[in-house]
Amino acid sequence: MKLFAARFGLRTRLIAAFLFVAAVSAATTAALTYREARSAILQQAQDTAVSQFRDRVAAQGITIPLDRVWMREICLTLARQGTSHTWTVFAEYGNLRASSSDRTTSTVITPALRAAARGSAHGSFQRVVKNGKPWLTVGMPTLFDRGDGSQPTGLVLYAVMPLSSEEANVAAMVTAARDGALPALLVALVPALLAARSVLRPVRDLRRAAAGIGRGELDTRITVRGNDEIADLAWTFNESSTKLQESVDELRRAEERARRFASDVSHELRTPLAGMLAVTEVLDEDAGELRPDTAAAVRLISAETGKLATLVEDLMEISRFDARAADLHLDEVDVAETVRKTLQSRRWEGRVTTELADGVRAVLDPRRFDVVVANLVGNALRHGAEPVTLRVRTGRRDDGDRLVVEVRDSGPGIDEAVLPHIFDRFYKADAARTRSAGSGLGLAIAQENVRLHGGTVGAANTPGGGAVFTVDLPMGER
Amino acid sequence: MPRVLLIEDDPSVREGVELGLRRRGHELRAVGTGEAGLAALGEFRPDLVLLDLMLPGMNGVQVCRRIRETSQLPVIMLTARGDDFDVVVGLEAGADDYIVKPARTEVIDARVRAVLRRIAVPAGRGGTETHGELTVDRAGLAVAKSGERLLLAPSELKLLLHLSASPEQVFSRQQLLEYVWEHSYHGDARLVDACVRRLRQKVEDVPGSPRYIQTVRGFGYRFGPLE
Repeated sequence: MKLFAARFGLRTRLIAAFLFVAAVSAATTAALTYREARSAILQQAQDTAVSQFRDRVAAQGITIPLDRVWMREICLTLARQGTSHTWTVFAEYGNLRASSSDRTTSTVITPALRAAARGSAHGSFQRVVKNGKPWLTVGMPTLFDRGDGSQPTGLVLYAVMPLSSEEANVAAMVTAARDGALPALLVALVPALLAARSVLRPVRDLRRAAAGIGRGELDTRITVRGNDEIADLAWTFNESSTKLQESVDELRRAEERARRFASDVSHELRTPLAGMLAVTEVLDEDAGELRPDTAAAVRLISAETGKLATLVEDLMEISRFDARAADLHLDEVDVAETVRKTLQSRRWEGRVTTELADGVRAVLDPRRFDVVVANLVGNALRHGAEPVTLRVRTGRRDDGDRLVVEVRDSGPGIDEAVLPHIFDRFYKADAARTRSAGSGLGLAIAQENVRLHGGTVGAANTPGGGAVFTVDLPMGER
Repeated sequence: MPRVLLIEDDPSVREGVELGLRRRGHELRAVGTGEAGLAALGEFRPDLVLLDLMLPGMNGVQVCRRIRETSQLPVIMLTARGDDFDVVVGLEAGADDYIVKPARTEVIDARVRAVLRRIAVPAGRGGTETHGELTVDRAGLAVAKSGERLLLAPSELKLLLHLSASPEQVFSRQQLLEYVWEHSYHGDARLVDACVRRLRQKVEDVPGSPRYIQTVRGFGYRFGPLE
């Protein structure tokens, strides 16, 4: 059944079931009708024949002793009298045999009938099928009356008649039943199709609606028709989608609030920071002239302001990514030149060894690419150890040329437990080092920028012990 | 001693930037509203305006447009929002550069000096040259179209002088950014694009199909060739 269910659709199964039921009921009805009608027809023919034969036989005056000529005479007389049935009459008396036909003994009469006919005064009958043809055989002992009751004479008369006309009637009935059942089955197809359709259309609607929900069209609803089980299902579906839509809307609102909050906080922090950052140089410059304690305090506040400014900047950047407000401004650039400028502007040339493939041009957002390289190199310098190596090479993949940037450091590498979280926001590799020089957002921002370019960034440990970060970007169309 | 007019509504930023820039040798006037800033233009006669984008009443974009209507005074936007929309709106209004807050005085100072250098140093050789209907006076730092003098912002002027000094040579955005805006880091191609758009509005007959400043797709911009 499972296999059947798996192989055929609901429509096929519904129609098959419908037709099966129709066929079974038609066949049962036909079979029962056939059986009853057949036995009625045969019974009637048989009863008529038996009683007629009995009457005719009784009407014959039997004189004993019998001879063959007389027996034949009787057979012919009885055969002639068979009006409604054409029967052939056979007579048996001791060893004497006679019949109304050319053959003196019948092949149809069975020994069982002979025995029964001899034993019963009222005669007996048997339906026999010989060579595919149905026959009715009746055996009737003749009696004579000696005053004190009837005595069998020993002469037994048999009537053998074909039941072919009855059989033809029955056959006609079978044909009629078959001819009636087939159109009935065909007619049953119509309600089967209609029922299948009425069941399947809501099911199809339901499937389409479910697919819509899956695609994120949460306002998909089904028209509820009638009030059957399918309508209940549709109603439940609608209820569920409404609930789902409400939950999703609520989640979206919450996410939107959280996003706006981060953005607002960053923004509100910016203005006071702008004032503070503008004067930190003043503080730094004059710190030398102050008392040592005051100077230390001034330098501290100046350094912290700088960090805070970086953090706020990074937060703003992250919230732009979250709000999907970050756009790519693609330009074709010389990659080696771009990387050199990144290192130059941060005065890292002396601290980073470079292996740059010259003459590589790629379409990317120079500002974002600068952020990616700077954040990876900055991370390597802060958390790894020098020497730091930066390699740029090109690769080929099925979907086009790739630009691969590798940043290696010579530090102790990254703890395996930390590795999967290294790009998480504010993830601290070392719990004890709760405040590192970075904001904790650098790698997350680098990853977002790489994703925006349609690339990937990964972190791993080298066999030599250091960490290696690999950026894989599409080169973009020329 | 550059004279800088700072238009900024937040007192702490105003005072901070004022203090920082004064220490670096700028002569500074700081005002709190756009209206006060426009009023101060006449009597203070600044060399450059540092303009906050979000101001009460008249906002930075409106102030910038008003300044551009009458003068070639360099304008740098000070914006607390680095979102594309704000930056582009500020640039389209005619600003020469923008600084995202918070910024160190060092950065502000460097940008101010870079913008001021644009008009101080004539690009290329002196004399007057003619390109189609444009007359470029490199010594006098003036550009005229069909004899009528064009009012160009400093960055627009420097961009035009740079491009027209080598007609038909293609410059990448990065090259233009470095030369005109003196950005040593990876600044923003948006500065170049916005400036080119503004320049086209002024020098082209049909800004949609430029004749003087042409785009070379995938590479950058060039001046000419004039057919």
